[in-house]
This record gives sequence, structure tokens and C-alpha cells, in this order.
Amino acid sequence: MHRAVMPPIGTAQAWRDAARQFLAAGIPPEAILWGDTTTAPDLFGEVRPVRPAGHVTVPRSFISMASTVVWHSDPERFARLYAFLWRLKDAPHLMTDRGDADLSRLRSMEKNVHRCQHKMKAFVRFREIGVEDAPRRSFAAWFEPTYHTVEPTADFFVRRFSDMDWRIFTPDVSAVFENGSLSFREGQEKPALPEDASEQLWITYFQNIFNPARLMVKAMQSEMPKKYWKNMPEAAFIPQMIAEAPARARAMAEAAPSLPPARMAQVQAQLAAHQSAWEGPKDALAKDIAACTRCPLHCNATQAVPGEGPMDADLMVVGEQPGDQEDLSGRPFVGPAGQLFDKIAGQAGLERHKTFVTNAVKHFKFTPRGKRRLHQSPNGSEIQHCRWWLDAEIAQVRPKLLLGMGATAAEGLTGRRAGILSRRGTVEQTASGTPILLTLHPSYLLRLPDPKAKADATAQFRDDLAMAVKLLD
Amino acid sequence: MAKQTVEQKLAILSDAAKYDASCASSGSTKRDSRDGKGLGSNEGSGICHAYAPDGRCISLLKILMTNFCIYDCSYCINRASSNVTRARFSVDEVVKLTIEFYRRNYIEGLFLSSGVIRSPDATMSDMVQIARKLRHEENFRGYIHLKTIPDAAPELIAEAGLLADRLSINVELPTDAAVQQYAPEKKPEQIRKAMADFRLRKEVSKDKSHTGKRPPRFAPAGQSTQMIIGADGSNDAAILGQSTRLYSSYKLKRVYYSAFSPISDSSSKLPLIRPPLQREHRLYQADWLLRFYDFQLDEITSVTADGNLDLEVDPKLAWALVHREVFPLDVNRATREMLLRVPGFGVKTVNRILSTRCHRALRYEDLIRMGASMKKARSFITAGGWSPGGLTDSLDLRARFAPPPEQLTLF
Repeated sequence: MHRAVMPPIGTAQAWRDAARQFLAAGIPPEAILWGDTTTAPDLFGEVRPVRPAGHVTVPRSFISMASTVVWHSDPERFARLYAFLWRLKDAPHLMTDRGDADLSRLRSMEKNVHRCQHKMKAFVRFREIGVEDAPRRSFAAWFEPTYHTVEPTADFFVRRFSDMDWRIFTPDVSAVFENGSLSFREGQEKPALPEDASEQLWITYFQNIFNPARLMVKAMQSEMPKKYWKNMPEAAFIPQMIAEAPARARAMAEAAPSLPPARMAQVQAQLAAHQSAWEGPKDALAKDIAACTRCPLHCNATQAVPGEGPMDADLMVVGEQPGDQEDLSGRPFVGPAGQLFDKIAGQAGLERHKTFVTNAVKHFKFTPRGKRRLHQSPNGSEIQHCRWWLDAEIAQVRPKLLLGMGATAAEGLTGRRAGILSRRGTVEQTASGTPILLTLHPSYLLRLPDPKAKADATAQFRDDLAMAVKLLD
Repeated sequence: MAKQTVEQKLAILSDAAKYDASCASSGSTKRDSRDGKGLGSNEGSGICHAYAPDGRCISLLKILMTNFCIYDCSYCINRASSNVTRARFSVDEVVKLTIEFYRRNYIEGLFLSSGVIRSPDATMSDMVQIARKLRHEENFRGYIHLKTIPDAAPELIAEAGLLADRLSINVELPTDAAVQQYAPEKKPEQIRKAMADFRLRKEVSKDKSHTGKRPPRFAPAGQSTQMIIGADGSNDAAILGQSTRLYSSYKLKRVYYSAFSPISDSSSKLPLIRPPLQREHRLYQADWLLRFYDFQLDEITSVTADGNLDLEVDPKLAWALVHREVFPLDVNRATREMLLRVPGFGVKTVNRILSTRCHRALRYEDLIRMGASMKKARSFITAGGWSPGGLTDSLDLRARFAPPPEQLTLF
């Protein structure tokens, strides 16, 4: 029989060293008695030295689990770990079998320790103990952890509070951090810590951040079990806060505001539709477009995207609607389709900076799909409502030629969307006689999956842009 | 009036801040002060340092810089027309409170919000000054969340994003019409524009320059927002529709739902209402299903006729109860997508099922050990040694989960 006694400080390393030796020497779990310094010495256990033999390898996930489980308070923890390690030797895949009873037990112990560590990070409360004008401020806390969690958790406090001295006293092990170095000592009785003025402020905060109208005591207790309360200054006030909550909530409710019913929005939209054309001062157009609520698209889009370009442009290019990028930045033709347009326009000899670019519909219409927004074509009524703005822009710029890209632009300009593929490359007219050259929309080129069809459509698009240049000459 | 003490101000300005649901301190960059030259660390996951009896986590010092406000939003306790006691912290007072609380391990950092005083720019610039002082003078490396003012100058927002871990703007109410009614000075399109600017700034800060250098990170914990639930007439379909749009449009980290709770000192009387806490809870559950379980909006909201979530059973169970034709599922064969739809199975459980299934067939007891909530799941699955028999299609299945009908109490 072998015996392994684990020390209270440095337990993880000690267990790992011992287990490695036992495993290398091929000693089965039933031949080892594990204990810590609190367990009574076993009368029959005879300590035999182990001769290490060769290397052993274990899954990394086991080591990480073991270095947590050793801090549990279950006296069986060391034996359980070794017994599972023994099984793991021949079947490393057991680490991924969460249904295995032994692993499941160890994992739940690991979870308990993690939770205890987490609660320690959360519920330790320091009081200032240092003298004034000391080069480093110093703080101390008394804490009662459920498991042996001081040592594995101390590094958290080092990472966080390195510019001050601190000590955490517990009945189990105490951690002391002085002048940048951490050490552990044996546990002790609760020390008397001096009063701290900030504690009163903290209690004031705790009492006032609480909303008495939403009392949920169970939710609080499941996350902040009562066993921690005695060392948390704010917890002493909880019973009183709970007792007063219903009366306070009632008082609040009796003085609650009345909220007027929703209306108006539709009426405004209807009013707007009664006018026949936008008429306003020249520089107010962009602002009026930004405030548009003529159709419901404004509710979901970020902003209306007005046209952009020289106000005396000969050519006005009309696209479909803003896309994701246009919607975010508030500028037309900046997304992928706009960039493709710029590229092909350059090839066709079209002077982009002399062109006014806009869209048939000013707000982005989309449907959310997971973390992305999928473009949706605007419907007839939305296009119809937005003609108001398109007409106003045409009236302001008075271009010699309109270039309509895609079916939506065709509908916005001519009232008819059908047959864009056969109508492209032809010239139609607006009601007031401005010629409209129809072509494909660049996003159509981006979407075509077949490389040959894509190349053909791109060539057609380039020809149409070149034709626009020629028509203007 | 006598000068207020810091404690009096703290009482007023934390009371004024409690209607903001968010207290998260997670998802930012990992950093520490092991070098001894600063204070604080951020571990990636947040820590709740205390819980109030309302069940909410207290992770941050959540306060208003001031509760003076020029706006008059009818649902807000700090609106201009309210008679609540007013207070205002100085920049140094907020900095000192944050540092002293942090050193005593009370908090993870600061969540600073404010009423709008003088002008949006003046208010925002004071808030930025607090963050600047914390970061540059106190070398504070804990968490900072700033509530931005929608119409503040872009350079202020830009600086705020470099100092803070998270920025947020509240959309306040689920529909534009409701915002216009109840918060007449707030412009929904301006709020959306601010969120769009945030996303663009964050995307720009991810691009490396031509020298390969990364620009400083912009608000690494992202942006979030909050909606008040139950103040206007919107149904849950409208609310969740709004949040899916916000998630997809502006890459929000979180949308918080806050059950409208009565506030003291209101303009006129309202019948006594209790905050719809259960509805808020169901909305969070549905929000989770949309983001992590691959549910589509219409699947969740089509379960009931009025577009509201079922208050008695959770949304996943509600969906399963009306789609019993796909159940029971064989846990040893079903796809990941389908396993995620089983009530009582979470993402972790499903991952465990999938990794164990590679080696052996799963039995009913395995599922218990894997953390599945079998009380719910057992009616919808088959596993080694378990078949639900007629349970899946039984008429009283819903009644097994729904709370028992409430008995009338004697008056």
C-alpha cells in the first residue's frame, strides 16, 4: 500500500507530481491511499517509495480539470482523480464522453470549484488598513470560501490590484501581497479590521440602485447565497429593503405617468400625399428627404440617402435603392454595386465627378437574416411614394440625359418595370420630355453566378454607359 | 438649499440610474495591471459583485452624472417637468467614487449616463472628461460604459469610443411612433444614425493601415441599447422585429428589454400597474433563440394569434408544442440544428451529445449527466432505454408545463 499526503499549500503541483510517479510506476488506484494533512494517518498504510519509470502522457484537458478539482473539499477528490486517470491511460477518448459517470462527477466538482472561485472574485470586500501618506496603499479582507480556493484565485487579485498591498484572510489559507510579491500563509481567525468610510457610500449605492417595483428575491439568492452575506457589508440591509419594497412600489405606482395613445403618424403621411409636387427652397431638398415618412420604409432604415453630385450635371444616374453601406454612411453608390459602377464607368469614358447619382427609392429596404441584412426590392407603392423625391431632384438638376439602372429605376422614371432585359440600351422619355437611357443594375452583374453570362452582361453594361457618353456629346 | 454631500448625491443619482437594465462588464479586451503601474483588469467575462433584491446583478457603479435634463420624455423620472430632487456630480467626485469602490472590490468599473444639461455637446464633453481622467490620470484599466447622447459632436463620440469599453444609445421604445409620442425631443432617425456611425467607426478601426499598423481599438465591447416594454401598445412581434433589425443593421452586442415600471412623481395618474416582468423574461428567452439557436422571427411569433409570446411556457417549448410532428427526435441520430430545437437542451448539452455520440450510443441517464433538463426534454426525444410513447402527442402535454390555474383568493 502506498500513501500520498497532499499539503494545503501547493496542492495542485503536489498531486500532479505524485500521480505522475504512480502512473509511471504502474501502480493501480486500489494500492494508493490519498489524503490531506487533516485526514488521520492510516494505521495499515505503509509508505513505500515509488521508483519513477519513463514518461507518461495525459490529455491536456485532464490536467486542466485536475488542477481545479484538487481544490475541492471532498476527501475523496485525489483518489477519484487518480482512478479516472488510470482509466484514461487506455482510453483517452473518455475525456470527451460527458455521459461517463466518473467524468461527470469530476466535472461537477470542477464546476463547484469554479463557481466558488468566481464568488470569491465577486464577494471579497476590502477595507483600507494602511496609514496615510504611505508609499503604497494597503487593504485587507476577511473571506470564508466553501472550498480551498484562495491559492488558485489569488492571481486574479494580483492581476487586478498590483499597485497596492492587500491581504485576504480566511480560515483555510491566507494570501498576502506585499510590494509586488504574493505569498500564502496558514489560515487564521477573523481579524478586527478598521472601519472604512467608503463602505457607507457603497451601502447607499446598493440601497438606491435597487428597484422596489421588481422584487425577485429568489433570483438574488440563487446568485448570492446567504452563506456569503455575513462578510458583505451591504447584505445586512437586504431584509429591510425587501420588507419596504411593496409599500415603496405602491407609492411609485400611485404617482405614475399616463401615456397618451399612439396616433398621428398616418395622418401626417396622408397629408403629405395630397400635394402634387415638392416645392421648397433649393437647399432644403436634402433636409426634407431626410425627414421623409411618406412610406413605412423610414421606420427600419437608418437614414434617407439623397442624391449626390454637381447640381448642373448633364447626366443623372438613377439606381435602385441604398444598400447596407449606403444606409450606414448616408451617401449613394458607396457599396459594392456603386464601386463596380465607378469602375465600369471609368472604362466607358464616363466622367464620374460630373455626374449626379441618386436612387429611385431613398430608404434601404431589407430583411434581417441572422447578423446580416438581406436586400429586398421595393414594391410599387414605395417606388410611387419616392417618385416625389426623384421628380424633385430631376427638377432641380435638369439633366440632359437620365440613365436608369435596373427595373426599379425604370419603374420610378417611366412607371413600368417589366422587360428590363429587352428594354436596355434603348432610349425612352419622361413625361416632361427628358430622354431616359435604360440599362442593367450593376448589382445584377455581381449576382450572376455563371462567368460567361457575367462577362456578357458586363460588356452590355459597359456599352450602355459608353452610349450615354455618346448621347451627351 | 444646503450643499449636498457626496452621499446624498450618490443616493439621488444612483436612484435615477436604476431604470437602465444593462450592467454587463463582459466582452471587452483582456488586460491587467500586473506591471504595478495601473489599477484594474478585465478578464473577458464579467463579474457580478452583488445582487440587489430585484434579482439584478450589480457589476458596475451605475450612476447619472446629473439628473437635470432639458428633455421631457414622459416615461422618464428625470424629465424636465418632474419634481424629483436634482443633483449633479463634479468630474472629480465621479472619478474618486469609481476608484475607491474599485479598490475595495465592489465593482468592475463605471457605467456613466446623464441627463442632458445645457447642450448635448456640453454634457457629452463632461462625460468624456471623466473617462479621460480615469484612463490617463488614474491609469484605470477596469471597465467603462458610457451612454452617449445621440446628437453630440462626432469628435466627442470618437474620443468616447477610444476611452470606453462599450458605448450605448437607448432606442427607448419599440416603434418610431411611440418615441415621437412619449419622447418628443428624441429623434428615432438620429438614434439610428448614431448607431450606424458607431458601426462604421468600429469597422474602420479594424482595418490595418498601409504600414500594417492597427488603429486604436474603438469600444471593444461593442454597443448595446435598451427598449422599454409595456409602456406603449407594441406586441412582442413588433418588439422582436425591431431587435432583429437592430442586431443585423448595427451589429449590436445586446438589446436590453426593460419592463416599464412606475416611476415616482409623474405628470398625471395611471392605474396601478406591475412591471410586466414575465413578459420581459420571455422576450430575453426569444432573443436568445434568435441569436444562438437559429430560430427565425416568424417561427417564434407565429405560435400565438396576437403576436405576443406565450407567458406560461417558454418560447422554445411553445414552438415545440405546436410542431409536435417533428418530435420525438432520436438523440443518437438527429442533426445539430434539430437537437437545438429540443426544449430542455441548451447549446452546451447539444455539444456534449455530439462529441459523445462519436464514440457510443447515448442512453437516457447520459442525458441527465450532460445537464439536459429532462423534465422538459423527455417528451420530445428518444434515447437508449427511453421512448416517450404517447407522451409526445398527448393532449395534456401543455398542461404538464404550464403553471396550474390560479385559484381565486377570498377577499
